[in-house]
Amino acid sequence: MQPLEILTYPDERLKTVCEPVEEFTPELREFAEHLQYTASQGPSAVGIAAPQVGRMQRICLVDATRAKRPVDNHGPLILVNPEITKWAGFAVGREGCLSIPDYTGKVIRAEVINVIGQDLNGKAVQYKMTGFEARIAQHEIDHLDGVLFLDRLVSRRADLKVRK
Amino acid sequence: MQEKPWLLITLVGQDRPGIVAHVTRVLFGVGAQLGETAMMRLGDQFAIMMMVRGAGQPEEVTGLLESVRQDFALKIHVDEIDGRLHQHREPDVSVTVYSADRSGIVAEVTAKLLESGMNILDLRSDVGGTQENPIYIMQIEGESSQGIEPIYESVSDFSEQGLNVQVTPIETLRG
Repeated sequence: MQPLEILTYPDERLKTVCEPVEEFTPELREFAEHLQYTASQGPSAVGIAAPQVGRMQRICLVDATRAKRPVDNHGPLILVNPEITKWAGFAVGREGCLSIPDYTGKVIRAEVINVIGQDLNGKAVQYKMTGFEARIAQHEIDHLDGVLFLDRLVSRRADLKVRK
Repeated sequence: MQEKPWLLITLVGQDRPGIVAHVTRVLFGVGAQLGETAMMRLGDQFAIMMMVRGAGQPEEVTGLLESVRQDFALKIHVDEIDGRLHQHREPDVSVTVYSADRSGIVAEVTAKLLESGMNILDLRSDVGGTQENPIYIMQIEGESSQGIEPIYESVSDFSEQGLNVQVTPIETLRG
């Protein structure tokens, strides 16, 4: 399997709102597998979203198991049509992006979120995510709305919150 | 064709509105390219460092900026450097230090961090509080070549000296 080509900014597709997935086909599941493989080939990627490989649909991978230090997680998750329904707390953290090479910056994200969506079979799923996993989900769901972490940068001098 | 070398321009002076706009307008006007830049206010003074190329030799750049330098009463320094873009390094640890101000804090803390294998990538320090009771605050980010545990250990004795030191791992999300 060859990794999918990752689009890089300023490709306009990265600033485009994606369409919902309406058909849950074997092709969708194959694509998800290919997406996951692509992320695994990147330098320490913990997530990826479909528009980053040019597929303009609301599909993303959230995989906090690939964090350098162990964090609370639900395992590798392919989320289809994900939506965040609840946010609580906030923290500053450093983010980079497969689509924006050679740059990292500080971004404020909610510390606890509730996410609803579907799995690859169209079954409804919901998760309560915290900390780093919640950050990944927010970063990836932003991609589905054409929002990059560059749109959310805060001051370089912003403090990092201590992780519990 | 070999690319022209980068110059590092340093400008320092009393902070006033318009310095950056005027300096960069002159450089843009001669077709110069800007690389990485950092501006700060230190002690009510303006300070900026800019990677610039395509504006000529150091003495030519100094000449180009002479008018702005005079208008804003700046000091200028221009060096040719062996610098390149796209050489970012990613910090994986943050160290924050604060205490009542006294001399030697930076020297003592950074010596311990060096021993623990930490390479400093970014350092900011400031003095807050009041003139009678100044507080020294320092924020450092760096790379831990030997892991984070030696860094925790290296700063563990500072609390006995009245220093508050907090070491925090930085996990950079890439997705």
